Amino acid sequence: MKRLVTLLAVLMMVLGALTGCGPKAAETIKIGVNLELTGEVSVYGVPERLAFQLAVKEINAKGGINGKQVELVIYDNAYDTAKAVENATKLATVDKVVAMLGSATSAPTLAIGPVAKQYEVLAFTPSGSNEKVTMDGTAVNPWVFRACFIDPFQGVVLANFASNDLQAKKAVVMGSSSSDYAKDLAKIFGDKFAANGGQVLGVEYYTDTDTDFSAQLTKIKGLGEFDVLFVADYAARAGLIIGQARAMGIDVAIIGPDGFESPDLNSLAGGAANVNNVYFSTHFSTLSTDAKVQNFITAYKAETGENPSALSALAYDAAYMLFAAIESAGTDPVKVRDALKATKNFAGVTGTISFDNFNNPVKSAVIVKLENGVQVQATIVNP
Amino acid sequence: MQQFLQQTINGLSIGGVYALIALGYTMVYGIIKLINFAHGEIFMFGAYIGMIAVVNLNLPIYLAFVFAMAVTALFGVIIERVAYKPLRKSTRTAALITAIGVSFLIQNGVLMVMGANIYAFPQVIPNQFFTVMGLRLNMLQIVIFATSIALMIILQYIVSKTKLGRAMRSVAVDKDAATLMGVNVDNVITITFAIGSALAAAAGIMVGLYYIKVFPFMGFTPGLKAFVAAVFGGIGIIPGAMIGGFAIGLIETYVAGYGSTLYKDAVVFAILILILLVKPSGLLGKNVKEKV
Amino acid sequence: MKNLFSKKNLIWLGVLLVFFFAVQVMIDTRIITPYYRQVLYWVGIFVILGVSLNIIIGITGQLSLGHAGFMSIGAYSAAIVMRDMPDMTGLLLGMLVGIAISILISLIVAIPTLRLKGDYLAIATLGVGEIIRIVILNLEITNGASGISNIKNLISWPLLFVFVVAAVVLSANFKNSAIGRACISIKEDEIASEAMGIHTTKYKVIAFIFGAVLASLAGSLYATTYYVVKPETFGIATSINILIIVVFGGMGSLTGSVIATGFIGVVNMLLQSYAEVRLIAYALILIIVMIFRPQGLLGSKEFGLDRILGYKPPLGKKPRKEKSA
Repeated sequence: MKRLVTLLAVLMMVLGALTGCGPKAAETIKIGVNLELTGEVSVYGVPERLAFQLAVKEINAKGGINGKQVELVIYDNAYDTAKAVENATKLATVDKVVAMLGSATSAPTLAIGPVAKQYEVLAFTPSGSNEKVTMDGTAVNPWVFRACFIDPFQGVVLANFASNDLQAKKAVVMGSSSSDYAKDLAKIFGDKFAANGGQVLGVEYYTDTDTDFSAQLTKIKGLGEFDVLFVADYAARAGLIIGQARAMGIDVAIIGPDGFESPDLNSLAGGAANVNNVYFSTHFSTLSTDAKVQNFITAYKAETGENPSALSALAYDAAYMLFAAIESAGTDPVKVRDALKATKNFAGVTGTISFDNFNNPVKSAVIVKLENGVQVQATIVNP
Repeated sequence: MQQFLQQTINGLSIGGVYALIALGYTMVYGIIKLINFAHGEIFMFGAYIGMIAVVNLNLPIYLAFVFAMAVTALFGVIIERVAYKPLRKSTRTAALITAIGVSFLIQNGVLMVMGANIYAFPQVIPNQFFTVMGLRLNMLQIVIFATSIALMIILQYIVSKTKLGRAMRSVAVDKDAATLMGVNVDNVITITFAIGSALAAAAGIMVGLYYIKVFPFMGFTPGLKAFVAAVFGGIGIIPGAMIGGFAIGLIETYVAGYGSTLYKDAVVFAILILILLVKPSGLLGKNVKEKV
Repeated sequence: MKNLFSKKNLIWLGVLLVFFFAVQVMIDTRIITPYYRQVLYWVGIFVILGVSLNIIIGITGQLSLGHAGFMSIGAYSAAIVMRDMPDMTGLLLGMLVGIAISILISLIVAIPTLRLKGDYLAIATLGVGEIIRIVILNLEITNGASGISNIKNLISWPLLFVFVVAAVVLSANFKNSAIGRACISIKEDEIASEAMGIHTTKYKVIAFIFGAVLASLAGSLYATTYYVVKPETFGIATSINILIIVVFGGMGSLTGSVIATGFIGVVNMLLQSYAEVRLIAYALILIIVMIFRPQGLLGSKEFGLDRILGYKPPLGKKPRKEKSA
């Protein structure tokens, strides 16, 4: 028992010592990062961290922002809202960062929002696409920004693409019921497709842990002829669905959202040969001849050995938009927020970006066509 | 009707996988009355080793099977020796909690070494189709089904016809009596873990081939479902695990195909609870009165 | 009742009051920064969860792996009620709703499943937890996968303190009551206690419901502390986290759970930048504790005033020798 008391006493002292640490003189510009770095969702968080680190490395090599080096303070929230809140509180009050980047998905970002507001440090999510992320009830949360377009926009763009460009009349929709992203997209696509005069033959939901879609696909095959299969999900499942659908002889066009974009899509579909007649909307295309995009792809590959996904591109843009805001406003979090809000026509790798009244970016989408697993065509769709 | 038959084929192929995993649960439980919670993670581990064998060691697929089964068997034995053996005399609750810890440890260990990335298992078996009476049969489905049946027959032979099998059955019935009869109980337990883990590895490779995705969390859900399958058929009984595996595979597929996919997993757990209540010894099990 | 104002209870009351005001002063003077306050909230909520699970596992000896499911009931009840009543009344009402639903569900679950023994029960409760999560995932009112966001934040040190103390004191009284003694006897030997005329199923059900109610309460506090509730938060991983607290602190020791939660809270904080290591460390703790000290840090002993003050029980009431598990 004595040992236990001693242990507790030591812990208390450590706690006290930690409390005693005041903020150090700000020689560097501290930017907080609050991402999903462990657990299942780290698939989204890790590429974004790599992109942040790449952007910081680049800007520091160029002499930093206004002569000051940038330092990232990176915390993992493990897709746990409690951790996300703790991290945000620590970043805002202990590390006293200028701004916070993250999280990658919507749920932790929704938990970070109120903390950002309370301590007046902006939170900038590269990819939290749920409409509510930048909202505080019915009003806008002035402290939360995002770099990606929101789900309704993508659903509408894809439905129009199916009706107008693919001349589809009948569609079947599949989507994961485990994420809002998929559910919203499935619904919005279906509504818009019907409004365009098309017919939705059926909607099939599944859960994120599923790997076998043969039951659903068999059911879909029994629905009759259709022109297009809309799969509202990320590549982890979409790839499998593409492969299993092709294996079952479903040869229609398969279209999907930005979640399709992944270096693993082809292998998950059982080989590039299965990935034909597949379209998806995304934020940037590697086909782009824009020097900025190509430089980013080269740099990212050199740094990580992998091709950048849309998530890393969005994170890269978010970091640079934040750098620009800090450059013009200094390191006061409130001024940085105002400067970021005033961003006009920022030329990023994912398009030309400005913010609307709800802190959502106004920018174009790209619809990419895959043949044999390779991007063969990219159509830019303006909002 | 045709759709029903097609769904049945789908259900049998996933059922074969569940059955193989369930065999591992059932054998271990039969012998040391431990729910090896980490068995799903051993299955995941096997899938990773199989993938490494094909991608990094360039082994042909049948050798990859052998390699992964051997490595995973060794892995299972190490787990047994390090984590479970010291607990053989302690309560079943303590052993179960340890198993949960082992499961957590393997999952996070693989996560740390391999990352959360989803790897794609290389498609080394050509994806051919046969159309039989309007039904599409996939080459892989046939391979999975045939392999799992073959492995189960081999296992059944070992358990019922060989000396080792007799030793295993005697340990399952009464450990102390078996010791007195000159059976080396420790060795039998170790071999049981090795066989169970090897079967899990085989299932892992088959899931890799069929569903392509290999990732650190792939073991949890199939592991749980295979456990349900083992309980369904009567835990501790080898033919029970096979029947349970196919039954759970079929039920799951029918629920997804004709009901709602969303409640697929809930239905599986509801069945589990129902079985535990109505006939805890499972489909093939005999009701045993507890001795005081 | 006659012992309500005994010397021991008065000392406890004094200690608690001093602790409460000391922390309050430290919060006011910012010695406890907002970040440490967040850690404190986490510890408080998980103390309630740990103690409540300990009632089921440590005191009654029934391994439950679905505790997070009951936590989710409280969290969602509070979140849904507070959607229309974002104030303290709403929170308290949400807690009551959560408690009512938890009692109902735990009763439905407990009566049949608690007839099961040991590991079967563990798996059945795991199944129950998963079913609760899947149902929440698919219900309209719980807003499915995305969960409920923008929950009013009402947590404060006094509020947390009141609930944590209430939960721990209630649990301690439960443990020391006739029901608690019956539960302990079930843990020690179910067949023997049945032979002694103890209606084992009844007491197991009571303990299970008691634990579920406290877990639901902790869930409500969780909802109002972290702004967002989503189904994944209440999966098997959280159930296991609570289990780690119970195992680490000692099965049957309520004070052990309190100390273990505080310890894990501090470790979490120190290892914040080493997330992967943290998870592996927990897994190792679980295994190592089970192998070398299966009864946990404190075993079933309590870290109490008696021990500190060198209190000797009156003659004829010898302290029970601890039995190793």
